[in-house]
Amino acid sequence: MNPFSSGTRLRDMIRAIRSCKTAAEERAVVRKECAAIRAAISENDQDYRHRNLAKLMFIHMLGYPTHFGQMECLKLIASSGFPEKRIGYLGLMLLLDERQEVLMLVTNSLKQDLNHSNQYIIGLALCALGNICSAEMARDLAPEVERLLQFRDPNIRKKAALCSIRIIKKVPDLAENFINPAASLLREKHHGVLITGVQLCTDLCKVSSEALEYFREKCTEGLIKTLKDMANSPYAPEYDIAGITDPFLHIRLLKLLRILGQGDADASDCMNDILAQVATKIESNKNAGNAILYECVGTIMSIEDNGGLRVLAINILGRFLSNRDNNIRYVALNMLMKAITVDAQAVQRHRATILECVKDSDASIRKKALDLVYLLVNESNVKPLTKELIESLEASDQEFKGVLTAKICSLVEKFSPEKIWYIDQMLKVLSEAGNFVKDEVWHALIVVISNASDLHGYSVRALYRAFQTSTEQETLVRVAVWCIGEYGDMLVNNVGMLDIEEPITVTESDAVDALEVSIKRLNSDLTTKAMALIALLKLSSRFPSCSERIKDIILQNKRSFVLELQQRSIEFNCILQKHQNIRSALVERMPVLDEATFSGRRAGSLPTSVSTSTGTARNLPNGIAKPAAAPVADLLDLSSDDAPAPNSSGGDFLQDLLGVDLSPASAPPGTSQPPKAGTDVLLDLLSIGTSPPAQSSSSASNILSSIQDDKTSLVNLNGLASLTSLSPNATSASPAPMMDLLDGFGPSPQKKEENGPAYPSLVAYESSTLRMTFNISKQPGNPQTTLIQAIFTNLSPNVYNDFLFQAAVPKFLQLHLDPASSNTLPASGNGSIIQSMKVTNSQHGKKSLVMRIRIAYKINSKDVLEEGQVSNFPRDL
Amino acid sequence: MIHFVLLISRQGKVRLTKWYSAYSQKERTKVIRELSGLILTRGPKLCNFVEWRGLRVVYKRYASLYFCMCIDEDDNELEILEIIHHYVEVLDRYFGSVCELDLIYNFHKAYFILDELLIAGELQEPSKRTVARLVAAQDSLVETAKEQTSSITNIIAQAANFTIKMLHKGYGPWGSNALHLESLLLVDVCTRLVDQH
Repeated sequence: MNPFSSGTRLRDMIRAIRSCKTAAEERAVVRKECAAIRAAISENDQDYRHRNLAKLMFIHMLGYPTHFGQMECLKLIASSGFPEKRIGYLGLMLLLDERQEVLMLVTNSLKQDLNHSNQYIIGLALCALGNICSAEMARDLAPEVERLLQFRDPNIRKKAALCSIRIIKKVPDLAENFINPAASLLREKHHGVLITGVQLCTDLCKVSSEALEYFREKCTEGLIKTLKDMANSPYAPEYDIAGITDPFLHIRLLKLLRILGQGDADASDCMNDILAQVATKIESNKNAGNAILYECVGTIMSIEDNGGLRVLAINILGRFLSNRDNNIRYVALNMLMKAITVDAQAVQRHRATILECVKDSDASIRKKALDLVYLLVNESNVKPLTKELIESLEASDQEFKGVLTAKICSLVEKFSPEKIWYIDQMLKVLSEAGNFVKDEVWHALIVVISNASDLHGYSVRALYRAFQTSTEQETLVRVAVWCIGEYGDMLVNNVGMLDIEEPITVTESDAVDALEVSIKRLNSDLTTKAMALIALLKLSSRFPSCSERIKDIILQNKRSFVLELQQRSIEFNCILQKHQNIRSALVERMPVLDEATFSGRRAGSLPTSVSTSTGTARNLPNGIAKPAAAPVADLLDLSSDDAPAPNSSGGDFLQDLLGVDLSPASAPPGTSQPPKAGTDVLLDLLSIGTSPPAQSSSSASNILSSIQDDKTSLVNLNGLASLTSLSPNATSASPAPMMDLLDGFGPSPQKKEENGPAYPSLVAYESSTLRMTFNISKQPGNPQTTLIQAIFTNLSPNVYNDFLFQAAVPKFLQLHLDPASSNTLPASGNGSIIQSMKVTNSQHGKKSLVMRIRIAYKINSKDVLEEGQVSNFPRDL
Repeated sequence: MIHFVLLISRQGKVRLTKWYSAYSQKERTKVIRELSGLILTRGPKLCNFVEWRGLRVVYKRYASLYFCMCIDEDDNELEILEIIHHYVEVLDRYFGSVCELDLIYNFHKAYFILDELLIAGELQEPSKRTVARLVAAQDSLVETAKEQTSSITNIIAQAANFTIKMLHKGYGPWGSNALHLESLLLVDVCTRLVDQH
């Protein structure tokens, strides 16, 4: 032993670390060792440098930082002895990667070592260069490596060949320098050199088409001959693996032939014989043989068409597929994926076996098989394949169910031949793995059901049946709940019975039971519960006999801790109790959802995820009432997330609800009906307004983002951007109308009473076409509240139709708009529209009134929009 | 091309890592953590391939060690299994029925052997005998260098002992100048010898 040895030996350190019982102990040992090594480094201790570096490498493997040892590698490499260099290069490859600046410092040492007289030192340098060289180093040292390709010792030649691969990958420009020396390597007899030479040629072909042409012309025959010699060679113990001479070389030769044959009929022709020979002669009972066969099949599939060979190859894959070894089956599936582009028909023949693999116990194989099946499906076989996939869904584990479900859903959507089949399959998937179905998938299902008017009854009954058997699948429950809400009457009366259906008897209370179950189910999430609540509301008018019970169920949620449910429950209860007259209109069946809009929205970059995350309640597909086709309404719909919820007749209800008195003639329901002054209430109903400020701002941003997406549909509302800026303000004004709704004050128009202090009337807004005058008064004993009577006068020679005034105020104000006296404004000042409003100033005395306004009307059915701000109110309002 | 080679014990301890593609230290730790979670949990009879970040990891278990190699999608997985086995056989031949402890205490040897087998993520030598021969030749180079050093250090050690003895016997630096100078000279010569080598 070395008498001067100090510190611990490598072996002792490893032993000390291994004997540690806890991570803390290990850290302590490592810390001590690192401290000693650092000390040795700073003393520039030469005797133990290599030992210290070895220790550092071990410490590095344990995951501790060792950057302080990087320079030691360079010092060791620069020293003269072989042992020091050997450990230095090892450290360099282990502790550094090509992106570190330090690496540049080693270039010079490398250059010297590449020219060293000791071939083992050259070998070390080549190895390090091949493993970690950067592009700069590759440029600097390429000439040395090129020279070493002709070195006398074959072991250096092979290292140089692999090193060249790294160099040309880093700097493809250098490829042409290597073409000739690489070609000469192909004539070598030494297997190491040959194998690396073939590999170098393969990589040269990948980076340079020039090299590809050269090798194709000059080397194809030689390579074929080499392969032939190998295939026919007698037993060679040195290279033998499982009775085959050097499978590695076989594989590399086949790989290079593949590249040479691809896209070149002549070259492909030359290699047909040898490929056939390899494919038939190689024994397939050992892994090595199978590896060659696998490579050979890959080559046959890639080179230019030869019918006979392809059949041979597909048969080999068929054999692989039925192999008991999982590895072989895996590679067979992998190769079939590639073969499908070449010969889909042949792959279809193995469909049954592939489907079996989807049910395999091995996750890797299942996934591969599923990917393959996905590629196999076309219009003609979608039905049986989907059936099989859904069957395997039952057997699969949780982890795989997600992937499988997504694939099935996408297949069903893509290839579905008819709607009823689509609905059936989706139903099966929902009942089997509903928890894995993505939101947009079940939304799409609802859209499809809504569009298939002849299948409404069938769908709701099928869903009801499925719901009875599996209540654990969230999305199934949601779709079922939605359908029961919409088509509950069809469920009960067996409307639209199809021949294939078995009749079921569902009473009204059964349907309500189902909804009650889904509300009370412990694991129902908020969305489901809220959907069920809305469905109940809808059923209340369809099933008058159950309305008392429905009211009870709704009332039970009045004390829900979830704000959303509580609010809905109270609102719905109000509707049930106090607004009988509007209820039936309110809960009318939703109109057909627009498939094109939905799919467009799905395809588009609509940030649905954002809105879903801000509040699930906005997910409700039953979202209430809004005029269809009006872009602004669309906007609202968007803010209720993907709720596919246009309701054409809702316009009426809204007007009723808000007490906006519209003359019926001018507002045919369902036509482009811009939102009333009650936008805020509408927003509110869609759960935007009354929620805390954070949420309302998020919904505002939502609206904004949807505008970006829907620009095209907004042509007739060019000033929409300003509306969005209004909406946060508008929401703040909502409590007033909401109180109205809940307390049942009714839309009694505010009577103007002349007993407050009088103010002069002011012209609040005037344009070349329109004037708006405000008559202002105060209620006695209520200084905060200001009554305003707005008088609109038409200054143009045209009649204004569909006249609509909207106003928004800042947060400290509350605004209540009464219905306008008319929505038609006669031309040239021959009459006026009068609309009253009430503004409550919570900061009375501190801040004065301010208001933003927006006036929309039509001239000869052309939309006009005017906007402005009123800030000339008297100061003390 | 092989992107990296990992040897992981059944307990998840890393025994060897070799990176042929550029991964920063941070990424390396992450990769190791991810893959050991992925591979160590797989059952015994399953196939030896795992898909991972668009690449494929081929692994094989030998006793308590998992040998993992990460390759491109279009590489031959079966061949990689053969390469892993090739490596194991060379290790076995070198250590004489190799076990995990051999690879722990002689981890640098495992690296040296791997460097004779793979460069730039490609196979370098299909003959086990050649690999063994090359590693042995380099080991003997190291041995010779070591012997040389130790023979020189022995001389120095003897000289030093001699000096110390002399000092103890009372030939202190002030006692017998001649002897003292002689021993100092000896030490000097020896140090130069060491330097030369």
